Amino acid sequence: MRIGVVTFPGSLDDHDARRAIRVVGGEAVSLWHGDDSLHDVDAVVLPGGFSYGDYLRAGAIARFAPVMSALIPAAQAGLPVLGICNGFQILCESHLLPGAMIQNDHRTFICRDQRLRVENATTAWTSDFEQGDEITIVLKNQEGQYVADERTLEELEGEGRVAFRYVVEEGRRNPNGSYRDIAGITNGRGNVVGLMPHPEHAIEAGYGPSLDGLKFFTSVLKSVVNA
Amino acid sequence: MTSVMKSALDTVAAAADSPEVEQPWAELGLKADEYDRIREILGRRPTSAELAMYSVMWSEHCSYKSSKVHLAQFSDNTTEAMREKLLVGIGENAGVVDIGDGWAVTFKIESHNHPSYIEPYQGAATGVGGIVRDIMSMGARPIAVMDPLRFGALDHPDTLRVLPGVVAGIGGYGNSLGLPNIGGEVVFDSCYQGNPLVNALSVGKMRIEDIHLAKASGVGNKVILFGAKTGGDGIGGVSVLASETFDADGSAKRPAVQVGDPFAEKVLIECCLDLYAAHVVDGIQDLGGAGLSCATSELASNGDGGMRVWLDRVPLRDASLRVEEILMSESQERMMAVVEPAKLEEFMAIARRWDVEATVVGEVTDGKSLEVFWQDGQIIDVPPRSVAHDGPIYNRPMQRPAYLDALQGNVPDDLARPVDGEGLKAALLAMMASPNLCDTSWITGQYDRYVMGNTALAMPDDAGVVRVDEETGRGVAISTDCNSRYAKLDPYAGAQLALAEAYRNVATAGAVPLAISDCLNFGSPEDPGVMWQFAEAVRGIAEGCKTLGIPVTGGNVSLYNQTGDVAIHPTPVVAVLGVMDDVARRTPSGWKAPGQVIYLLGTTADEFGGSAWTQIAHDHLGGLPPRVDLDRERRLGEILVDASRDGLVDAAHDLSEGGLAVALAEASLRNGVGARIRLDEVCERDGVDAFTLLFSESAGRAIVAVPGTEEVRFTAMCTARGFAHARIGVVDDEARALDVQGQFTLPLDELRTAHTSTLPAIFASR
Repeated sequence: MRIGVVTFPGSLDDHDARRAIRVVGGEAVSLWHGDDSLHDVDAVVLPGGFSYGDYLRAGAIARFAPVMSALIPAAQAGLPVLGICNGFQILCESHLLPGAMIQNDHRTFICRDQRLRVENATTAWTSDFEQGDEITIVLKNQEGQYVADERTLEELEGEGRVAFRYVVEEGRRNPNGSYRDIAGITNGRGNVVGLMPHPEHAIEAGYGPSLDGLKFFTSVLKSVVNA
Repeated sequence: MTSVMKSALDTVAAAADSPEVEQPWAELGLKADEYDRIREILGRRPTSAELAMYSVMWSEHCSYKSSKVHLAQFSDNTTEAMREKLLVGIGENAGVVDIGDGWAVTFKIESHNHPSYIEPYQGAATGVGGIVRDIMSMGARPIAVMDPLRFGALDHPDTLRVLPGVVAGIGGYGNSLGLPNIGGEVVFDSCYQGNPLVNALSVGKMRIEDIHLAKASGVGNKVILFGAKTGGDGIGGVSVLASETFDADGSAKRPAVQVGDPFAEKVLIECCLDLYAAHVVDGIQDLGGAGLSCATSELASNGDGGMRVWLDRVPLRDASLRVEEILMSESQERMMAVVEPAKLEEFMAIARRWDVEATVVGEVTDGKSLEVFWQDGQIIDVPPRSVAHDGPIYNRPMQRPAYLDALQGNVPDDLARPVDGEGLKAALLAMMASPNLCDTSWITGQYDRYVMGNTALAMPDDAGVVRVDEETGRGVAISTDCNSRYAKLDPYAGAQLALAEAYRNVATAGAVPLAISDCLNFGSPEDPGVMWQFAEAVRGIAEGCKTLGIPVTGGNVSLYNQTGDVAIHPTPVVAVLGVMDDVARRTPSGWKAPGQVIYLLGTTADEFGGSAWTQIAHDHLGGLPPRVDLDRERRLGEILVDASRDGLVDAAHDLSEGGLAVALAEASLRNGVGARIRLDEVCERDGVDAFTLLFSESAGRAIVAVPGTEEVRFTAMCTARGFAHARIGVVDDEARALDVQGQFTLPLDELRTAHTSTLPAIFASR
């Protein structure tokens, strides 16, 4: 099972994503931003970081990298793709997922252990979860506030395409101002998933808040086998 | 500066022909005798480019001219046995330590105090960038950063300007580099009002055979400048900012602060690591303070020949820069490499892959001089050692400050103390909410502590712990500490207490302390009282390290931290690095499992001089700091490390500011699990009352949580080693409280609210 991890200049969690793939028994394949081939991988992770510095708008330049010219049609044809944090931002900029991420409403970077509720356990990256599961993984970002127009939000809700929501204690607000507490979404087909929190930082005992990240990667291994 | 620089090119030949030309040495921060010495070395007047180079390299910040005579004690006190694990010592960009299994770790702490006051965001950001490049230049991959920070009073309006900018700058730069921020300190004290301290530490890893050094050797080898273009930022930063006391018109110095581009640095890190892996780099140096002046003269000085540089080849961001400005610019994200001609093409190919601009700007010669040319004219011809290493050395006058007797005589014995349980409870709540003991997650939550996936412990635990070897789990623990109130009362003891606390913190996490780096932040060396404090602190660290058997590997001196004639408290920040065979065995600071037994290690005396309680309850600073017993620290450390290795403790927390009470509160809040505590037996054993046991800051103490099944083994170990230990309670979550029996019961919710509200109340509303 070969899962590619794209390294853009400024990618930071590519190493961690490759480790997560190896931990669940997959083969991690490094993909280079300047290479327009996916080298026959079975799935792709777009990792966290600040691609090309993200000085313009997160993901806005990465979307035009040569590797994306191969990835976008492959994703449209059903290749499982997971975008984590900056990867999610890139998927939105590429219009593989709707909506956009803007600055956190409090305008500061935030790094914390974050509870999420799994809203859709049928995607390529979430099938090992049960709908309604609550998981704790790492949230860390500066531009993590998910926004979309009302029609898009209704469409996402109506089609069950909200994949993850922040669990918000009563009387509190979600960690970045995301509309409808959305932490992650999927495309209609369920092969493309993007989320702001980081499952790859919750895969080894002692090095993260939980092991809840593992199921993202075990899910995709199964989905590739079953495909 | 532009007004005093000549517009025509001032060549070596022109300088030789015009000895009478008036030069702006004073404006560049040189003293008359220093300028005379330059003329003596060169046998003529310096060119304006040479003058620029000498002025930055002979600045306090670069030359250590006031501190050098004292710093020699670090080497003098390093025995052969202490050198055993030391692969690279003081004098290189950073020290390197052997941590076993063929792994080497390099670490260093540095200051970026003055720039961070002028321009908090960029000052702090480039502080991170600079220390990370020091680590890279040793051949290492940076694996973590830490930031000890000191600000003026929390409620002072200027703290609202400085702190958010500093924190955002550290986060903005470090987070973008993908380096976990695993610890540091946040201290508020009005002594830092006009001189906040922004220290930055980085640690990196490499295989022992991959260590690189900053030297230019091999005649004909190419000198390559790579990374960002050179711009007009940070010109004269080290001489103008770091080597002078602030005066009233500080704002005029804004352009001297550098501007950072973390993306450029991230790419530079990956590019450098690919270059090292390809074995195409012979010598390497980062460009930091004093820019090209420093990099070229240090590389040449450390090598065995000379160096020729064509300055007009340097890629510029701003074509209007003068040669002197190009030499002094502190533009960030630049490195300089020495490369064999046969490997040049491969070097360039790797740089291209990362879109890093690389330019051959010079070559190593068989001469003795550093020669710099601008087009056809030679503008520099100097012995490199005279610039980089043989700068002026001052044996400045020292005098024990006259105020010290009164300060030490103002003992805290007569301050009103709480007399009952309610009073103790109120004191603890006030301390846990106080600026220096409150929860700092409003700050640390802006730093990525998880990136790289190797972080085993981070703030607020006692030490930051990261895995180095993913196969075996071998890793390092680091802690930085300093209580400058202690150092103000007694700089010798204060420095040793900083060392002791950092040492204890590393051992508390379960790591064997191996080496230290220090960042010595003091006032003006021209004040004999400050110079005495400095000398005492250095002596304290040097002798302390010898007692503990761990070497000083390097560090940084930051002087002139004073506004007018008021200096900061002496602040010798000590970073201790330790090693663990497997960081999965690290000991966290908070307990989790109800039923585990809590032990207090070490004895308590009535020691309140400089303590947190005297500051918070009475705004008092006087008396003497707690007694230092480094032998006791070493034995405590051994117990903590062995207990961790043998699985005898599940949690351990060091006792420092705020004493036992604060340690118990922190260990309870860490995981939200309470405890029942009994003090009577220890009070009786140590001959102290409950207040003293709870709030005294006697050194050499820690608390541990021991699983019931291991209690016998644990106490047997302490007994066998003759170390004082006492069972003081059990972990108990039923009441969700810290229950000090016979004194008070403090619900964790109430404690947490007090602890976590302080910083958000000031900063979060912004």
